[in-house]
Amino acid sequence: MSREARVKNDNTFVRDVANRDYEYGFTTDVETEVIERGLSEDVVRLISQKKGEPSWLLDFRLKAFRHWQTMEQPTWGHVHLPAIDYQAISYYADPRGRKRKSGPQEIDPELEKTFDKLGIPLNERLALSGVAVDAVMDSVSVKTTFKERLAEKGIIFCSISEAVANHPELVREYLGSVVNYRDNFFAALNSAVFSDGSFVYIPKGVRCPMELSTYFRINAINTGQFERTLIVCDEGGYVSYLEGCTAPMRDENQLHAAIVEIVVHKDAEVKYSTVQNWYPGDREGRGGVYNLVTKRGLLKGEGSRLSWTQVETGSAITWKYPSCILQGDGSVAEFYSVAVTNNHQQADTGTKMLHLGRNTRSTIVSKGISAGHSQNSYRGLVKMGSKAHGSRNYSSCDSLLLSDTCGAHTFPYIDVNNDTSVVEHEATTSKISEEQLMYCNQRGIPPEEAVALIVNGYAKDVLSKLPMEFAVEAQKLLSVSLEGTVG
Amino acid sequence: MQFLEARGLPTRKDERYKYTDVAAVLEPDFGLNLGRLSLQFDPRQTYRCRVPGLGSSVHYVVGDSVAESNVLIDDGSLFVGSMVEFAQRYPDILRAYYNKVEGDSLAALNTLLVQDGLVIRVAKGRKVADLLQIVNLSVGSVPMLANRRQLIIMEQGAEASILNCNHSATRCSNLATEVVEGVLAEGSHLQYYSVEETTNNCNLLNTTQFVQHESSKLDYASITLNSGLSRRTINITLDGTHAQTAVSGLVLANDNRHIDNNLLVVHNAPLCSSDILYKYVLDGSSIGAFAGKVLVNAQAQKTDSQETNANLCVSPTARMFTQPMLEIYADDVKCNHGSTVGQLDDTALFYMAQRGITPEEGRLLLQQAFAWDVLQRIDLLPLRQRLMHMVEERFRRGAGACGDCVMCAG
Repeated sequence: MSREARVKNDNTFVRDVANRDYEYGFTTDVETEVIERGLSEDVVRLISQKKGEPSWLLDFRLKAFRHWQTMEQPTWGHVHLPAIDYQAISYYADPRGRKRKSGPQEIDPELEKTFDKLGIPLNERLALSGVAVDAVMDSVSVKTTFKERLAEKGIIFCSISEAVANHPELVREYLGSVVNYRDNFFAALNSAVFSDGSFVYIPKGVRCPMELSTYFRINAINTGQFERTLIVCDEGGYVSYLEGCTAPMRDENQLHAAIVEIVVHKDAEVKYSTVQNWYPGDREGRGGVYNLVTKRGLLKGEGSRLSWTQVETGSAITWKYPSCILQGDGSVAEFYSVAVTNNHQQADTGTKMLHLGRNTRSTIVSKGISAGHSQNSYRGLVKMGSKAHGSRNYSSCDSLLLSDTCGAHTFPYIDVNNDTSVVEHEATTSKISEEQLMYCNQRGIPPEEAVALIVNGYAKDVLSKLPMEFAVEAQKLLSVSLEGTVG
Repeated sequence: MQFLEARGLPTRKDERYKYTDVAAVLEPDFGLNLGRLSLQFDPRQTYRCRVPGLGSSVHYVVGDSVAESNVLIDDGSLFVGSMVEFAQRYPDILRAYYNKVEGDSLAALNTLLVQDGLVIRVAKGRKVADLLQIVNLSVGSVPMLANRRQLIIMEQGAEASILNCNHSATRCSNLATEVVEGVLAEGSHLQYYSVEETTNNCNLLNTTQFVQHESSKLDYASITLNSGLSRRTINITLDGTHAQTAVSGLVLANDNRHIDNNLLVVHNAPLCSSDILYKYVLDGSSIGAFAGKVLVNAQAQKTDSQETNANLCVSPTARMFTQPMLEIYADDVKCNHGSTVGQLDDTALFYMAQRGITPEEGRLLLQQAFAWDVLQRIDLLPLRQRLMHMVEERFRRGAGACGDCVMCAG
């Protein structure tokens, strides 16, 4: 069957999927306390005051804000990021609104319904056993489940605001230790105005018995979300952490500039998985979330391990490089990524692996899938320091093109400073081969399902690294994101 | 000049000049031979660059002027000679092909300062049997800046092989800016090999641009055996269908050499192929940089592109930067790239040691084998053998010891 004939061959599956579009585009009508738009030192002070923060944190914010003022929005990414009017955004939105007086533990039933609709039950009895959730809407953490059960083992899992109040010594020690506020433009902005996010502390020798998860939701109009996540895993500890995100469909672009910092001590292991499904904008590229995120892990101790797994299907613009600093000797870092772009989405994503310690190892597996008019880039840096003797890196970046109007790009940077390390990089770009499609068709699999099958097979290396619940969701997302792209 | 004024010289903030500090290269106070003083220098007497067994016509460019005669060959279908002379004889042709390099400040600087250059024009259907060897000699008893220029015009169905050698006949530090422009018309075939065998005082800023039309074929190789700082910007544009290009490079560097190859291959037409292979062997505190971007535009369907960059760091202080890039806007393409940085295989060394080969000899053999991959792509057997010999000598006896030239003899 010719390509044109296949495209014309209407199929209910594709139409179904196409009509489904973005499932999470609803808004919640909840009384939300939003501060005035605009950004100034007063706003930074106001946010700090609303959260009742100690003076050292306000100082940290102000330093970051003053530094941010000296910086310019970067332009080096392979994305068309329009100039953002930072004065047109409100930097704090609290959906708990004025009901706070009735006690922080009581959640507005509207909010609970919202999270139920998203498949994130906040009621512990109904929740999937084995996953503790911190639900963040707009600028505040709405509820953290299973806190008490985790506390029995000494694990701290709470919103970062609570951590500031209850464990200031830990937050003070680690906040900004991996991502300095001077790191980049968006990191400086986040450090100045960050609102809420999760804090995790795993004590020495403790294996976290359940998956920890944060669910981010932007609801209020014209707000930006600036969450901050800090994970510290002490000697010999283990934690698997999941992150999910959605936003309502709006014609305006929304800004999401987060920072995730992870510190992994000796022999500890952290797995960080993300399914990013922010609103990607409509078919003409109107609206959508600008996802400009700094994520970095410090493998501080000997034998520490960190793995980033990400499935990126949403956002109008994604600009994100979850990175690892392999400082401890023998530390191991992994990065697995599937990035899907469709319609007018743009993604510039990848990783940085900075090898400082001896015998460190890193693996990068990146799969890009582009369709429609989208642009999908992998950008990665592998750096071997002069003392990183005997270190190894293997990177593999594959791109799949599903239309003749999209683009797939690979920009790897390799920097080697010693004579005992080995760095390997390979990349391929191709489309789904006619032979593969033909083979599936011969066996009675219609073209659209064949494409979904092949794409899922292509992304399997990465999807298999995801925890069970996420893998199912990610597979569903892949087929939704690729609606109408048979070719 | 206006472009240069508007743009300025490239800095390390420019993505393509990230690894080479152009300002530092240009900083010393260089002399310019503005008065076109003829240099009392007979290249044939003092310098030999020979390739045994290769029938070639050898032509010299001393400093930045064509030596001996303004017109070396002009038999109607083949012109080799000075650009000034070519401008008088064939002004329309020169106008059509000269100075088509866009967006490069160093090329603009060369255009601004250049006084003469070399033109090689092969007319329609002419197949040049002999290798054309161009020997560029750096001379001068004071630090000099030479601005060299080459224009290569391959008309329809023409065939030629060019060997461009850079040598030095001075121990003074000097800098050459070099612009090579080439156009390959329909069905033409050009083999262009560039060999750099100078001294650590000789710095080179080269910009090479080739535009290929339908069914044309280009084999380009640059071999850097010895030099100071060497920077090559190579732009190849495939404008016609079925055009083929093979680009290779071999870099051997030691001490504090700095070798940077920056390659851009643009596929503008369908059914073209590009094959890129670059290998570096870095010793001492040398710095190697390689960036190779293959850009496939939307109309260039059925592109077949391969890019390989392999590097050996044989000393703890050598440093390698590599950046193999793909930028693809067409869906029916087959593109891949691979890049490695590593060391010699311990198992192979052990195997050879078992068979009585000393570790030093074993290392040498492995390094040679690694380098020869690139040389295997050179079609002209005598040239390939000569280069293999030179590479072996280079590994065995160190840089600048070819034993064959005035510098070694002196």
